[in-house]
Amino acid sequence: MAVPGVQAPTPNSDGQAALLRELAAILPPSALLVEHEDLKPYECDGLTAYRQLPWVVALPSDEAQAVAILRACHRHRVPVVARGAGTGLSGGATPVAGGVILSLAKFMRILSIDPLACTARVQPGVRNLAISEAAAPFGLYYAPDPSSQLACTIGGNVAENSGGVHCLKYGLTVHNILKLRVALIDGTVVEIGSDALDAPGYDLLALLVGSEGMLGIVLEATVKLTPKPQVAQVVMASFDDVVAAGNAVAAIIAAGIIPAGLEMMDKPATAAVEDFVHAGYDLSAAAILLAESDGTPEEVEEEIAAMKAVLARAGARELRVSQSEAERLKFWAGRKAAFPAVGRLTPDYLCMDGTIPRKHLARVLTRIAELATQYGLRCANVFHAGDGNLHPLIMFDANVPGELERATEFGARILELSVDVGGTITGEHGVGIEKVGQMCVQFTREELEAFHAVKAAFDPDGLLNPGKAVPTPRRCSEYRLTGSAR
Amino acid sequence: MNDMTEMFIERIRAASAAKPLCIRGAGSKDFYGNAPQGEVLDVRGHRGIVAYEPTELVITARSGTPLTEIETALAEQGQCLPCEPPRFSADSTLGGVVAAGLSGPRRASAGALRDYVLGVKLLDGNARELNFGGRVMKNVAGYDVSRVIAGSLGTLGLILEVSLKVLPRPVAESTLRFAMSEADALERLNRWRGQPLPIVASAWHDGALTLKLAGARAAVDAAVRKLGVGEAAESGFWDALRDQKLPFFTAETLWRLSLPATAPALDLPGEQLVEWGGAQRWLKSDAPAETIRAAAAAGGGHATLYRAPAEPKARVGAFAPLPAPPLALHRSLKAAFDPRGLFNPGRLYREL
Repeated sequence: MAVPGVQAPTPNSDGQAALLRELAAILPPSALLVEHEDLKPYECDGLTAYRQLPWVVALPSDEAQAVAILRACHRHRVPVVARGAGTGLSGGATPVAGGVILSLAKFMRILSIDPLACTARVQPGVRNLAISEAAAPFGLYYAPDPSSQLACTIGGNVAENSGGVHCLKYGLTVHNILKLRVALIDGTVVEIGSDALDAPGYDLLALLVGSEGMLGIVLEATVKLTPKPQVAQVVMASFDDVVAAGNAVAAIIAAGIIPAGLEMMDKPATAAVEDFVHAGYDLSAAAILLAESDGTPEEVEEEIAAMKAVLARAGARELRVSQSEAERLKFWAGRKAAFPAVGRLTPDYLCMDGTIPRKHLARVLTRIAELATQYGLRCANVFHAGDGNLHPLIMFDANVPGELERATEFGARILELSVDVGGTITGEHGVGIEKVGQMCVQFTREELEAFHAVKAAFDPDGLLNPGKAVPTPRRCSEYRLTGSAR
Repeated sequence: MNDMTEMFIERIRAASAAKPLCIRGAGSKDFYGNAPQGEVLDVRGHRGIVAYEPTELVITARSGTPLTEIETALAEQGQCLPCEPPRFSADSTLGGVVAAGLSGPRRASAGALRDYVLGVKLLDGNARELNFGGRVMKNVAGYDVSRVIAGSLGTLGLILEVSLKVLPRPVAESTLRFAMSEADALERLNRWRGQPLPIVASAWHDGALTLKLAGARAAVDAAVRKLGVGEAAESGFWDALRDQKLPFFTAETLWRLSLPATAPALDLPGEQLVEWGGAQRWLKSDAPAETIRAAAAAGGGHATLYRAPAEPKARVGAFAPLPAPPLALHRSLKAAFDPRGLFNPGRLYREL
């Protein structure tokens, strides 16, 4: 499907030819891709339903090259889309027609690890999990763990403010970044944040994290490392209905417990997963909960006992506690593989990402089931239950005429529902191109204007990742008229 | 409960660059930042807890609500604000707490005030009511403006309402005190930082390191066994530290140095109190501002002239000067939210 409504300033062909000569002077030939077959792998990110060939792909290998590329693009008013591993699920790295993809794939060095300060200074193309691996000899790790952590890069994590299954206790990306070295579109390099716990002036770090590559390009990140807990254990609880499972989550919180992870999967999700990774899930349950405790052995023993008691009182039909690290990882393997597992059941799927106040879980799941019937599509639900972040996975076949459109509409209705109950259209995947229409539901015209003003404060010409995340007023008028901006 | 939004809108509409507004709650932080200027716009009438659902871990309240009212409501449900913003007076308002963005003793372990801000409703310089963030834990729709409001000293907008993440109070707490030099204290704090110990706060002052342990009962007991019993600290020490009621804080001139926790002991004249595992160092010193700021910058941090008589503060500015590129971003952001320059002019930087 073509990328909807991305309006970018496009240079004339003379300008393009001139820019190409400049880029060729900055980069070796192998780092400047212009041929169709070389561009093809960059036509989409993890949101594969939308594809757009970039004009060129630039692969700088150091800061001087990256800055020179930005300066050249800025001078010629050519849009730039930054890209890490391309695992994003909202189209944040989908190319813009006539634009440059700035791949940070070669920025893969871990520059330093400071075990005393508990920090790591890394380049943006370093994979999320590689940081934890490098920190492991010091008994430290990088806490945010999106499901794609094997592949996704820290630069992309910063752009999306990525979460994971442990963020209720350990926070999101924004809570685990201390400092960024950022290039603005005109090539100015700014240090944001500091090696201390705060920096003077406005908290620009908070603004940059989650800005979807629209305010600046991360050249370097200093991340916080966390002492690895001595032990971790997980309780798996089966429930006969999703409402009881939802109430059990509230009961755990009410008991004063903040589990290291608190995840829920409904029956379609466990069925998909079990077939794939054989995690030992209870397939007869309407929903299962995974509640993890980590810390010292004494602490974990105390917390697991407390959670078991709460879960039993809340109506759990079966409780299993991981008896070894291998078993704990097996329980989690299912949850972490939920997306690919669903991917095996269906040619295509869309992953939604709303966050809702947890108390509305039953209402939202009931409505999603009704919508599934209405649109004639299957949907499995995985839920970061602790923080209310719901991932309905809508299954469809893009080769069946009309199914992508139906799936997209179904998704839009779920996101609108999330807003209706007091939540948000995206908890951790970002808006990108996927949810830009629903931004018109969540925000007023004035609020969107404020976002555009923030964008203009960093990028007055609108060249960084244009058309993403914040809709134009015209886009919103269309969305309100048609219920779809696509 | 009282909603004064309409009155605020009128006041903003009537204001101008020549007649700017000084947004003020209880005024307990009038000393902080550069001198307040403009006609006082008192937000204290705009108060009340709008929503609080303990199992959602979120509280939403109007900006004029006293922090004590919020903390009382949380305590009744066994919850708290782990970032522990200082209570300079019993009337300190939520709006002032968020605008100042100050965090207390547990900051290094529990996070800063900005880490707990989930959403903000504000009036911008065109008197438009804007909502950013929300009442849920995870929300990446739009730029994270609500966290930027924390610590912006009211220069970007008038805060109407704030939603904060809250957490259960720790089950067990224990305080330990050990006699040791500053260098020894910093060395130990460095060593402990990377270990899974439940040290939630630390303070070194006058030859003694005081630690607060908190968490599960078993974890606290195990850590006490590991670290040794030490001496008893006076009761109420942590509250007095949080609220800056310790005798140390009664200084005419007080600097706050924010440094990498691993920075060595500073070679600056004057008395120091070290918090946050070494990352926050309070300094009572008459050394020239340039010397102190240079020492902080050399150590990888920055120095705030926290409390000072009007003259030196006006001359050197409360906050470390910004390099040109970030200052340009600050000006553009200020212009985006307050194009007419109505809110708290000069309070953060004279250029804003």
